[in-house]
Amino acid sequence: MKELLMGNEAAALGALAAGVQVAAGYPGTPSTEVLETLAGRSTGGLHAEWSVNEKAAMEVAAGASYAGARTLVTMKQVGLNVASDPLMCVNYVGIKGGMVVYVADDPGPISSQTEQDTRRFAAYAKVPVFDCTSPEEAFEMIQEAYTYSEKYGTPVILRSTTRICHSCAVVDVPELTAPGRAEGFIKDSRRWVIFPRLSYENKKKLVAREKVLSDDFSSYGRNEIIGNGPYGIACGGVSFAYVKEAILGKEDLFTVFKVCTPYPFPESMARKFLSGVGKTAVFEELDPVIEDCLISLSGTLEHRMEIAGKRTESVPCAGELSAAAVGLALSEIFGTDTLIQPRSCEEQPPVPVRPPVLCAGCPHRASFYAVKKAAAGMKANFCGDIGCYTLGNAAPLDMVDTCLCMGAGVTAAQGIGHAEPDTVNFSFIGDSTFFASGITGVVNAVYNKADIILIVLDNSTTAMTGHQPHPGTGITLMGDVTETVSIEAVLKGIGVGFAETVDPLDLKKAVETVKRAIDQTGVRAVIFKSPCIAIVKHDKPLIINADQCIGCRKCIRELGCPAMSMDGKHAAIDTSLCTGCGLCRQVCPTGCIGKEEAR
Amino acid sequence: MKSCLLCGVGGQGTVLASRILAMAAIEKGGFARTAETIGMAQRGGCVTSHVRIGESVPSPLIPPGRADAILAFEPGEGVRNLSYLKEGGTLIASDRIVPSVASSLAGAEYSGEAMIRYLKDNVRDCFILSAGEVERICGSVRFMNMALAGALAESGVMELTVPDLEKAIRKKVKQQFVEMNLQALQYGAAMIKESKRA
Repeated sequence: MKELLMGNEAAALGALAAGVQVAAGYPGTPSTEVLETLAGRSTGGLHAEWSVNEKAAMEVAAGASYAGARTLVTMKQVGLNVASDPLMCVNYVGIKGGMVVYVADDPGPISSQTEQDTRRFAAYAKVPVFDCTSPEEAFEMIQEAYTYSEKYGTPVILRSTTRICHSCAVVDVPELTAPGRAEGFIKDSRRWVIFPRLSYENKKKLVAREKVLSDDFSSYGRNEIIGNGPYGIACGGVSFAYVKEAILGKEDLFTVFKVCTPYPFPESMARKFLSGVGKTAVFEELDPVIEDCLISLSGTLEHRMEIAGKRTESVPCAGELSAAAVGLALSEIFGTDTLIQPRSCEEQPPVPVRPPVLCAGCPHRASFYAVKKAAAGMKANFCGDIGCYTLGNAAPLDMVDTCLCMGAGVTAAQGIGHAEPDTVNFSFIGDSTFFASGITGVVNAVYNKADIILIVLDNSTTAMTGHQPHPGTGITLMGDVTETVSIEAVLKGIGVGFAETVDPLDLKKAVETVKRAIDQTGVRAVIFKSPCIAIVKHDKPLIINADQCIGCRKCIRELGCPAMSMDGKHAAIDTSLCTGCGLCRQVCPTGCIGKEEAR
Repeated sequence: MKSCLLCGVGGQGTVLASRILAMAAIEKGGFARTAETIGMAQRGGCVTSHVRIGESVPSPLIPPGRADAILAFEPGEGVRNLSYLKEGGTLIASDRIVPSVASSLAGAEYSGEAMIRYLKDNVRDCFILSAGEVERICGSVRFMNMALAGALAESGVMELTVPDLEKAIRKKVKQQFVEMNLQALQYGAAMIKESKRA
């Protein structure tokens, strides 16, 4: 049946069509929808889980692959850093059941800390990487990836990027059937136990395999040389789509080399491509991976080959590419008429800037505000973490002084405290992030006598990525009820003496609890528990009694709620956004904010 | 190939509207691509959805100057994205602004009138829909997305009709919201009919 599918959904259905039996991942934009789709569309015979983090996910999948199951691991690019420990070993050990690691890169970056390139990671790990150019290709390619994985007994990576993950195309999906049972784990300690001797032997095989795979990929149907024009273009991923758009109607001028397996690089096909063109432009987002392969290859050619790309500053080295950027670069490199002109818009009135903000009614706003009030006048640092609450950095809250990677808020605060003992250091961490990589940091703090105040922002979901369950929610990916892991009990078990749970929307009590935490020493924790407003029914919106509003702007100045703005001399609440959280009501000095009935 | 850019502020329902447009095209046997803003940028930030319909759609994103139509869920966002509209293209916008937190904090004046005036002065085929009317008819301004879609269908630019969209809405939208969405769709279509007559 023909369906409109996001790239992530297409990859998931492709994996189901390939008979995936075990799937594990951790939510992360832009990869999240893959596992959700697997769980939603499976017809049985599948174990799919939100693992506690990417390392756990990769290891769960590795074990299942040892037992002969086809497995899928999903994550965003920075998740691969977390999973790199098992990846850098399972490549040496190898697998039995096909294992595909789906990694979503984020050029821009749009929703990530870094612009790292998973194709580089794959080459570093000596793991073959497939790079899809469209959602419909992701559907086919993931099925082929399983075949290669089993043919060579190696995990393989399927790399995608935001504009493929989150763009939709029409895909013809066959009827999906449940897979059979895996063969099972066959004990063989010389195969499955990684010892130095085994690694030495297998390293030789990995290196030898590179050449074999390169040849194999030179006849892989998705690596293509298209056209036979005088100007060369090499590209991969979504950049292939931008190239098609930029050369629309002028295809005769170009020979396009579409690279879907950047590692191992299809060298013999690349030689054929280079022999047909005089000069080549390379379009790829993130790192110059294809470009470097071509440069290295051109060193072995008899004639000099000119390659224009990021290394020659012909193509931007950071951020997303676009058809317009490709068109401009082509016109500069080859003098072709490929410029894409925007509509001219002169004398535009200034439009407001709109950085992303915490939603109206978001309990994190109340938590940050309570800590800000409690720590007022102190020499305090606020170490943030990864999640919606990173947005607490924006004015007027301004409550995120550092943000590095998952869990670093807990540990970075310890480091600042050791270096500067006269400061009060707060660590903010969300519930899902706490389970993913916060707990070890708290153990570190207790063990090493750090002095921090841990603020757990528990909104009972993984909000930023679209509300996935986690170990604290009592629900699994498949929707089954499971054991609920209590954050407070975990903290107490670790040895955190002061660990109190409080509702951040009760401002007075919240401030008082944080103040009591500040008065103690060592590791103290306050768990702010209030559900994400996107997953619960809202209270009635609040309204402002204009007669009583003195126009002091305190609510706007201190809270930055998107439902509030000034309407002439008075504050106003957008009732279509207000969730009735009541924070503004507790901040207003005149008591002019109330429920509608009270008017 | 026909391309429509939908732009607005996170939470206004641009994603649903773009999916409805694409699904309507598929129902008619066509091919479609869409690309939407999902993730951090969604939280009250600027969002865009690209919808491209036709036999050979090369890329998911509409290049600047190549949109046949723009649906502006917020007039200022229409101004921000106007460079995407091709010469002779159609723009349909909501008349209601969404205040930005950054502007409110800075105490900056932001009026919809200046935005709408600019759009009208610079786009020949420019249609403005009343958020107040959508609120009155459907009970919430949230249904503006379908009003804009209805207006787009009636304009004929994307080669989709109002009944095409109606079919897609019935298929995609939760049962209890279908009726409201259809009323919004009809309101948008009626506004275009009226302006064409005038």
